Amino acid sequence: MTRPQPPLLAVRNLQTFFPTRHGTFRAVDDVSFTLERGRTLAIVGESGSGKSVTARSILQIVDHPGRIEGGAIELAREDGTVTDLAKLDPRGREIRAIRGKEIAMIFQEPMSSLSPVHRVGDQIGEAVRLHRKVTRREERDRVLELLRQVEIPDPETAIDRYTFEFSGGMRQRVMIAMALACDPRVLIADEPTTALDVTTQAEILDLIRRLQDSHGMAVIFITHDMGVVAEIADEVLVMFRGKVRESGPVDAIFHAPQDGYTRDLIGSVVKLEQKAGARVRPALPPADQPPLLKVENMSLTFGNGKTAVDDVSLTLREGETLGIVGESGSGKTTMGRCLLRIYDPQQGRAEFRRADGRVEDVLSAGRHGLKSIRREMRMIFQDPVGSLSPRKTVGEIIAEPLKLAGIRGRACEEEVCHLMEQVGLPPAWRERYPHAFSGGQRQRIGIARAISVKPRLIIADEATSALDVSLRSQMLDLMMKLQDEMGLSYIFISHDMSVIRYMCDRVAVMYRGRIVETGETGQVIGAPQAPYTRALLSAIPNPDPRNPRLRARFRHVPEAALA
Amino acid sequence: MLPFLARRLLYAVPTLFAVSVIAFVIIQLPPGDYLTTLMADWAAQGGAVESGMVEAMRERYGLDQPIYVQYFKWMSGILLQGDFGMSFEYGRPVSELIWSRLGFSFLLAFLTLLFAWAIAVPIGILSAVRQYSVADYIATFIAFVFLALPNFVLALGMMYVMSAYFGQSVGGLFSAEYVDAPWSLARLWDFLKHVWLPVFAIGTGSLAALIRIMRANLLDELRKPYVTTARAKGLDEFRLLMRYPVRIALNPLISALGWILPAAVSMEILVSVVMSLPTTGPLLLRALLAQDMYLAGSLILLISVLTIIGTLISDILLALTDPRIRLQ
Amino acid sequence: MTDTSSPIDTAPRDPGAAELAVAGQWTLFWLRFRRHKLAVVSLVVVAALYLVAAFAQFIAPSDPNQTNARFTYAPPQAVQLFHEGRFAPHVDGLAMTVDRESMRRVFAPAPEKPVFIEFLAPSAPYRLLGFFTVETKLFGIAGARPGDSLFLFGADRLGRDIFSRVVHGAQISLSIGLVGVFLSLVLGVAIGGISGFFGGTVDVLIQRLIELLRSIPTIPLWMGLAAAIPVGWPPLKTYFFITLIVSLIGWTALAREVRGKFLSMRNEDFVTAARLDGMSEIGIIFVHLVPSFTSHIIATLTLAIPTMILAETALSFLGIGLQPPIISWGTLLQEAQNIRAVAQAPWLLFTPAAAIVLAVLALNFLGDGLRDAADPHGAIS
Repeated sequence: MTRPQPPLLAVRNLQTFFPTRHGTFRAVDDVSFTLERGRTLAIVGESGSGKSVTARSILQIVDHPGRIEGGAIELAREDGTVTDLAKLDPRGREIRAIRGKEIAMIFQEPMSSLSPVHRVGDQIGEAVRLHRKVTRREERDRVLELLRQVEIPDPETAIDRYTFEFSGGMRQRVMIAMALACDPRVLIADEPTTALDVTTQAEILDLIRRLQDSHGMAVIFITHDMGVVAEIADEVLVMFRGKVRESGPVDAIFHAPQDGYTRDLIGSVVKLEQKAGARVRPALPPADQPPLLKVENMSLTFGNGKTAVDDVSLTLREGETLGIVGESGSGKTTMGRCLLRIYDPQQGRAEFRRADGRVEDVLSAGRHGLKSIRREMRMIFQDPVGSLSPRKTVGEIIAEPLKLAGIRGRACEEEVCHLMEQVGLPPAWRERYPHAFSGGQRQRIGIARAISVKPRLIIADEATSALDVSLRSQMLDLMMKLQDEMGLSYIFISHDMSVIRYMCDRVAVMYRGRIVETGETGQVIGAPQAPYTRALLSAIPNPDPRNPRLRARFRHVPEAALA
Repeated sequence: MLPFLARRLLYAVPTLFAVSVIAFVIIQLPPGDYLTTLMADWAAQGGAVESGMVEAMRERYGLDQPIYVQYFKWMSGILLQGDFGMSFEYGRPVSELIWSRLGFSFLLAFLTLLFAWAIAVPIGILSAVRQYSVADYIATFIAFVFLALPNFVLALGMMYVMSAYFGQSVGGLFSAEYVDAPWSLARLWDFLKHVWLPVFAIGTGSLAALIRIMRANLLDELRKPYVTTARAKGLDEFRLLMRYPVRIALNPLISALGWILPAAVSMEILVSVVMSLPTTGPLLLRALLAQDMYLAGSLILLISVLTIIGTLISDILLALTDPRIRLQ
Repeated sequence: MTDTSSPIDTAPRDPGAAELAVAGQWTLFWLRFRRHKLAVVSLVVVAALYLVAAFAQFIAPSDPNQTNARFTYAPPQAVQLFHEGRFAPHVDGLAMTVDRESMRRVFAPAPEKPVFIEFLAPSAPYRLLGFFTVETKLFGIAGARPGDSLFLFGADRLGRDIFSRVVHGAQISLSIGLVGVFLSLVLGVAIGGISGFFGGTVDVLIQRLIELLRSIPTIPLWMGLAAAIPVGWPPLKTYFFITLIVSLIGWTALAREVRGKFLSMRNEDFVTAARLDGMSEIGIIFVHLVPSFTSHIIATLTLAIPTMILAETALSFLGIGLQPPIISWGTLLQEAQNIRAVAQAPWLLFTPAAAIVLAVLALNFLGDGLRDAADPHGAIS
């Protein structure tokens, strides 16, 4: 930059407020940043930080009743003119001429962000039509070209399809094609990969980077994932509750954060990049002792003919944490539910060694046997909202398994208080209803319910994935503390390799219903054997900008990632 | 599309069968069989009944045979010869009495749906786009009042207002001089002058329901992310509204035809009785009161069958407009 | 659901949250309901209407069946609160002349002959609520003289008091809604429950049956069934049969609702959790499922009452539902069946119609408010 040229986009003291019944909610409060040509700015923050509203303010498409209260958004053009977008009428012609033409945007949910009743080609074509005078023929040619650019296979057929006929990754490609329709100079990507699996995410990030290089676009990338930030950003803006906490080059943010919040954020991410620190844990029983749970050749095929669990075999030792990792649709959740007989697998055995040493097959247990097994084998659910009855107090929810186990009255009451203390909730809150608790607190209630009857094995199904990253390690630490105190064993199901690495002794990798690899966590992560595991691991963004992982990615069965 | 169509048609078969059974049961409900009623009636009029004729009719309807044989004979008569039986009150075959009235009935129901749709869609859109505005409150309140007002009361009230304050006698679908006239422009004009009142009276309930549905659906759709996407493309607000959320919010309105049509047919019957329109309503009521069961049963059967066909058409329309239904 | 607050914040998130935190489902339901002003007003109106129905004999000034040939088609007499500067509620008396041309009685208000209204007026003994014997009416004519009349809403062809008849009609019309809804509830919950419980073929068959019933126009079907009621049946039997016919359609909506809720709740995580806790299926149904959708069911039931009322009205109006001497809003409207009667005495139409509209409107608003309040994710503040 030799000649003095204004930045492509300069946001100064932006304020976007939402009037509510209880006063004004300052979603974006005094935010400033600049975006240079061809560069990538990541705006990062946890949910509710105002990052998405900031992005939408640029195009003046903030949801009702939010509106820009103050500040400037200056867009500089090649001919030297500068327009302040914040001054334009949100419904006016001028801002509409900028939307989609000079600044384009892609969104988080590619399914709901596209119309289900219009053909893909029609929706992309509309973006062309709106800003250029084109004939039908030219429009179609342009759409085909765009579909080719975003690497959608067989564009001639794809152009006449509907969005629900595509997979999530393909839909996001359609969104990107739509955004590229008029060769915009700025692309705003609002959590574009959050709804996708990591391997698909890696593909989309790759694509955005390549398109950015070939089109010379500047990109504003909104995300909550520090790994993604490290992989793609040049500059970073950290937001918290509507305010900018820190901004600067990506390397400085990661390696020399100045602000306390940024440090915590980076810290909680980095903490999950390694195994949990030293723990006082009871020694694992000797290797020759029979396992706590031994699953052999378990298979489940649903009524629609889909085989969700395919010939799965596992062993779990007493006091051990076994991670099950896989992407959506890999069958990991179904597998976990089979172990508790929420689903009935058609084949296989699952031998569970009871407290008294007897070995029982869970899969063939009768009603009474199952009831007593389920007292030793419990579950923690993913969704902290859906897993607690909104119509019972927290005390009643935690007491329910106790009562069903025959503990009543004062003893039950005392036990509930004790359990709440154990999971870090004030016992005085037991009269409250779940709606009064935050997501992290609800998950603690779920844990208290799971441990109330002193189980020996807990199956935790994505127990931390609904929580923000800063809460995740707390929850994992709590679970490990309980493990040490109570001698629990865990089967820990997750799509997130970092929580697996933090928490688990051993890990099994699931892919399309099968287990493709099992081993010690460190070993599997350090030297993966199965091609799918290698692909999965190399697709995980590394939260260190000095050492990006995705650029040297191992691609396994690319057609599966594209399908 | 073809498999969908085939499946839908296949579903209709048991429904049609069930409807025919219900109609037959209604015919059988009153005590005594049809012939005893008929003979009692003839005897009351002083007519002599030839014994041969009674025997022939007994044979024709299988009256001395088990009930399913009677059903079978009745059904096969309808399906094979278009013979719905005899109306004893009119002394003529039912088939001679019903067709023109059925035609008017469904013409009225159709016009009513058109009216309800044409008014409900714009009001529903306005109500949703300007949620909590004065216009929205007025539309919502009127819709609720229309839902609460029985259609026949509305018809009576309108007739009263028309005659008391405008000095117009209303009722029927034609002025006296056009009732039996062949169709002409003048007759059509006369028809239009008469038909708006029953259409309005029949349609208000459906209109109100449609406004509520349109408003609720559009409010849902307006919050969907694809609206933001379209806005980010640079589409102007009006075209955006029409092209995406309204387009999608119309789908539930099309599927609402499935129950709006039966409701409109029901209301049409009530309003027709009040306004003495030449439709099935008054005929059905008279037939039921006189226990002229073959006439009544046939009317109920045909009204139901036509309604089911109408519902079928609405399903097909929905599949045409919504690819999610067509392709999944 | 993600966490916007910092880890384990012990402070309540906003003032007042402490009370809300311990607010149970029904408290929250009430708080959400209370925000709908119109629904709250409607609740009061509905309660008032049912009270009127329950105490009809007390509220109606005259016997609804008492005929008076002198007052054929007498018009409504407006209440005036003051007489010669004093507070004395009264109506103008009626002066009757006979129009020679049309041979009709013509009534004119006669201010010189005021009829004074007395509250808690003595009356002939009657039974209230079936077991009290009472000799007082809410109001009546003070010191009645021959020729005095009190027709607040006018009189009908036989000179019967429309006000008293509408008040008495509320008993049948409003109760048919309740009884019909109760029958629908029993049918709907039983059949919907069977459908949800057995699933498979039974479920498919029941769903088909429901679709079938919903695709048939109701009025002709009701007409066909109602016409089969023998004319000689006693009123009570007719009443129950009509209610049964009316609820024959009503149950389908309820059965769908119950089944849909059953199926969606069955797969909720908290239900699975209860099953894993070792709770029996029956326990789950009564401890978790039923409380979860009671509020929805109440809302649906409330919204079903008006359709029942309207159905009874339609059938009785056509003359194939309830028959006089039973008094319901529908049989009252029978008097207004032709336009000539309406033209001569519009109050025959408008008084019962107003009662119907008021009741149906209030019930609909109430039901809407209940439905919104039943949504557990609705805002509370």
